[in-house]
Amino acid sequence: MNFLSLVFVNLRRNWIRTLLTMASVMVALFLYCTLGGVLDTLNAAADAGSRERLATRNAISLVQVIPGSYQDRIAAIPGVQRVCIQNWFGAQDPIDKKGFFAQFAVDNNFWPVYAKDMTLIKWSDPQVQIPVAADQDPHMAAYFAERNACIVGEKLMKQKRWKLGQSVKLEGTIYPGTWEFVIRGVYRHKPGSALTDEVFWFRFDYLSEKGMGGQNFVGVYKVAISDPSKSAAIAKEIDAQFENSDAATLTESEQAFGAGFVSMYGNVPFALRVIGLAVVFTILLIAANTMVTAVRERTSEIGVLKTLGFTDHSVFMMIVVEAAVITLGGGVAGAMLARLAVSGANLGFLPPIVLQWSTVLTGVAIAVVIGAISGLIPAIQASRLRIVDALRRVD
Amino acid sequence: MAIPFNYNFRSVMRRPIGTFTTALGIGFTIAILIAALALAEGFRTTLTSAGSPQNMLVLRKGADSEISSGIGRDAAAILRSLPDVAAGPDGRPLASAEMVVVSNLKRIGQPGSSNVTLRGVDLSAVGVRATPKAVEGRLFTPGSDEVIVGRRISGRFERCRIGDELIFQKRPFKVVGHFEANGSAYESEIWGDANVLMPVMHRDAYQVVVLRMKKPARFNAIKKLVEEDPRLGVQANREDEFYAEQSKSLTGLLKTVGIFITVIMSIGALFGAVNTMFASVGSRTREIATLLVLGFRPWSVMLSFVIESVIIALIGGVIGCLLALPINGLTTSTTNFQSFSEVAFAFRVTPGTMMTGMVFAAVMGVLGGFLPALGAARQPLASSLRKA
Repeated sequence: MNFLSLVFVNLRRNWIRTLLTMASVMVALFLYCTLGGVLDTLNAAADAGSRERLATRNAISLVQVIPGSYQDRIAAIPGVQRVCIQNWFGAQDPIDKKGFFAQFAVDNNFWPVYAKDMTLIKWSDPQVQIPVAADQDPHMAAYFAERNACIVGEKLMKQKRWKLGQSVKLEGTIYPGTWEFVIRGVYRHKPGSALTDEVFWFRFDYLSEKGMGGQNFVGVYKVAISDPSKSAAIAKEIDAQFENSDAATLTESEQAFGAGFVSMYGNVPFALRVIGLAVVFTILLIAANTMVTAVRERTSEIGVLKTLGFTDHSVFMMIVVEAAVITLGGGVAGAMLARLAVSGANLGFLPPIVLQWSTVLTGVAIAVVIGAISGLIPAIQASRLRIVDALRRVD
Repeated sequence: MAIPFNYNFRSVMRRPIGTFTTALGIGFTIAILIAALALAEGFRTTLTSAGSPQNMLVLRKGADSEISSGIGRDAAAILRSLPDVAAGPDGRPLASAEMVVVSNLKRIGQPGSSNVTLRGVDLSAVGVRATPKAVEGRLFTPGSDEVIVGRRISGRFERCRIGDELIFQKRPFKVVGHFEANGSAYESEIWGDANVLMPVMHRDAYQVVVLRMKKPARFNAIKKLVEEDPRLGVQANREDEFYAEQSKSLTGLLKTVGIFITVIMSIGALFGAVNTMFASVGSRTREIATLLVLGFRPWSVMLSFVIESVIIALIGGVIGCLLALPINGLTTSTTNFQSFSEVAFAFRVTPGTMMTGMVFAAVMGVLGGFLPALGAARQPLASSLRKA
């Protein structure tokens, strides 16, 4: 009988206990990896935005607007390729008021600037033929022909059970009134883009006409630049332009802009880490308790093994490996389960959760270490046990 | 006849290490549960204590938060002069018209920034909602470029110490004091004079008007009156209900996440408890058989073991409460996306949250003890007694 099969015999002798311990490790690792997945998603969201684009907003906060006249002045700055408007709309679907989704009013420049981020997968044909600019997707003709047209993400279409070409009514919260839109296109984000498929884009001129009395006030300008390595200098240049005007601006890379939202969560990531640690410590206790009980029950048996010539070292290893097998089994199961169950789940403002393989592996590694540590105490006791004491004990 | 309680108690104490590790596992689970509930409770109390049922809070029609609202000066004047508005000792109507914007400030101690509410108020009128008290420094002088910072955020954001200057649209505002306001969400805000701040922020309208009603029971009638007035275009809420609504989504999220984590963790701890109880029953086979031979009914043996498991779980519950107690009062902060601004609040470990923790522990004890206890009660007597 070799070493490993001895370990397996021991695992099987009280299979309910082995299974329960494995299950508790599995559940704990599931939780650990799920929390890790949320942290991964937060980190990914903080890093997701493009570095080839800048975001310009009012220096006070996003809620304060900046004049529409800034667009041409930013576009004139050397190194700037194109400037587009992206304005938060924040309306509600009267049918489902709690169902939050993002809507932005965008100008025509927006589409070329984000050409690498999304593709149109469905589109309406225009009722009137109008010429479409050379730098635009020709399938957008219907959108450009109608003032209240909108382009909706594939996933949002599914959630809302909307159909292409249907009209949609939204209730404004920032811009009062009922707003009617017609869906003229459905998009899907391209791989590598930070966009989700749950955004509702519509024309800024519609917002300006109906919500701003024809004036232009803008929440955010997105600025496409030709050389990402010069982004800091260009951002500085933009802010310098408006330093002494009515609305001072703050320009940062789109990535930093996105990270700003993540940092609004404040202490949440820290809390998740603390909970993760508490979970790990709890399973350590459970696993250690099980191993101590398991070894105590076989004191006399260990005496027999030693009598047969097993060395202290091999008895020690046998118990440590037994503990590691239990936690490894539970750990792998829990981590995989988390990856399967959690991936793709939604978390409010954040993109869908993506559980990184590195988090899964960390979880498994933690499980193995816990196994080794929990096996250590009983293993040391067992290896130090004198044969006489072991065989004399009646229990 | 029931087996004396003392038997269970002494059995638990005979294996102190096993009992303690199991109880500690349960204790950590309960501590996390209590912490999550305390967090949700702290946030909810902070936000709801900002509102009073005697007040009516008026926003622009359709606005779902203060910052997305706008109420012109004319409309504010009409609202103020409504006959239903209570009058103060000086005869002036008890009404406060306020400017609300958010300002993005850099955090201290962690990278990044967050939005802080900047409220322009009239110091002589704002008492309708809350009376700010300077805990350090003094309140701002009306008409001056001075602001006061809520005590809960004064240490969390840059440039918020007394003597510092906050720059809004190129204009420096001097921080002259830190204030408290009943532990409410106002303590996470910056307050200054509305008449000074509004031109600086290019605002010609207020965001919100709060009125003290003469007869709060007439709320529905007053609401109808103002909402149907074509000159106003507003919606009216009870102030306390408005803030309860604003806290709902984050409180709900905190509770859901907390309970999700606790339930999963408790399943893990439960398996540990089952293991301990199985081991405890297993090592006492002969003892249990003896009890049965002495004439104790199987169900009282079973009950006895469930009680034993509950004792361990309750020890765990107490450990959990003790572990969670030190976080009481600890302040943390996050963004309430409903108001798009940072709210700092303290964990509130209340008797209620601790009670929930203890009940949860007891339930874990019953569930964890059930199967092992059943096993104990169903033992085949003869073979158990024969065992060496």
